[in-house]
Amino acid sequence: MTIPASWFLVLAALLFGIGAFGVLTRRSALIMFMCIELMLNAVNLTFVTFARTMSDIGGQTSVFFIMVVAAAEVTVGLGIVVAVFRRRASTSVDELSELQG
Amino acid sequence: MLATTYAIPDVLVFATAALLIVVGALGVIAMKNPVHSALSLIMSLLGVAVAFLEQSADFLAAVEIIVYAGAIVVLFLFVIMFLGVDKSQHPHVEPLIGQRWFAGLGVFITVAGVVFLMASSHWVSGVPAASTGGTALAPGSGNVTQLGDSVFTTYLLAFEATAGLLIIAVVGAVLLARRERTAEADEIVEVSDAVDIAIDDWVADETEEVDS
Repeated sequence: MTIPASWFLVLAALLFGIGAFGVLTRRSALIMFMCIELMLNAVNLTFVTFARTMSDIGGQTSVFFIMVVAAAEVTVGLGIVVAVFRRRASTSVDELSELQG
Repeated sequence: MLATTYAIPDVLVFATAALLIVVGALGVIAMKNPVHSALSLIMSLLGVAVAFLEQSADFLAAVEIIVYAGAIVVLFLFVIMFLGVDKSQHPHVEPLIGQRWFAGLGVFITVAGVVFLMASSHWVSGVPAASTGGTALAPGSGNVTQLGDSVFTTYLLAFEATAGLLIIAVVGAVLLARRERTAEADEIVEVSDAVDIAIDDWVADETEEVDS
């Protein structure tokens, strides 16, 4: 018998949790981006699992599109990080506090 | 007991994938050096690729390695090297009091809630519906063709939209990362032009001497 879907879903939930914890606690913009990638991959894993159990190719197609959007997001995000670093010489998100009240 | 319920190779593959994913993900958030974090990210992504293969999503496993581990992480590493490893970080300074504890508590509640929902919902534990209105998945690893069909027929509009999205992202990234033309940069260009002209003159003189 193949591995049940629930194992993969719990694994994906764990991965998502680790990624969310990283986004909430790490202060470097680069590490936060990596943690967002972890969370996206957790969602991808869930999509693939449901594509298998529901027997529907639509789940895998969604993963395909998520990967494209993730690539675009990283490109623009790292462009912003480079632009901010040029002005501040730091990638820490705490340094960007001009807009606080 | 586990071995009698599930085939040993399946369990082994799942355990490998789970170990790679969890250890890699913990490495991403625990490492102080961003380069080590990026390498841990590769490990985690490889684990996800193994999990995809285990569920017969062959094409996506290949794309996961090529696009994520091969392109996105390299982009991360390129930016880390380009900026230099950031020394100004103080990982033990918390800007908000008790931020780690609140973050941990929030994440624990979220994950526990999701797992509880999964344990009690019929589409995880029960027998899944035969069809959900989409194209049924081919058995085994023969669903690459099916995925292609799906992307280029049912989701053709979304596919074309992603092409536009990628173009916009590339143009936006170039615009963001471009260095502004300053007076200093213009000066450098002028100096290099002058050097070029001098070299050209010298080469011309040399060839004249050779000719004569």
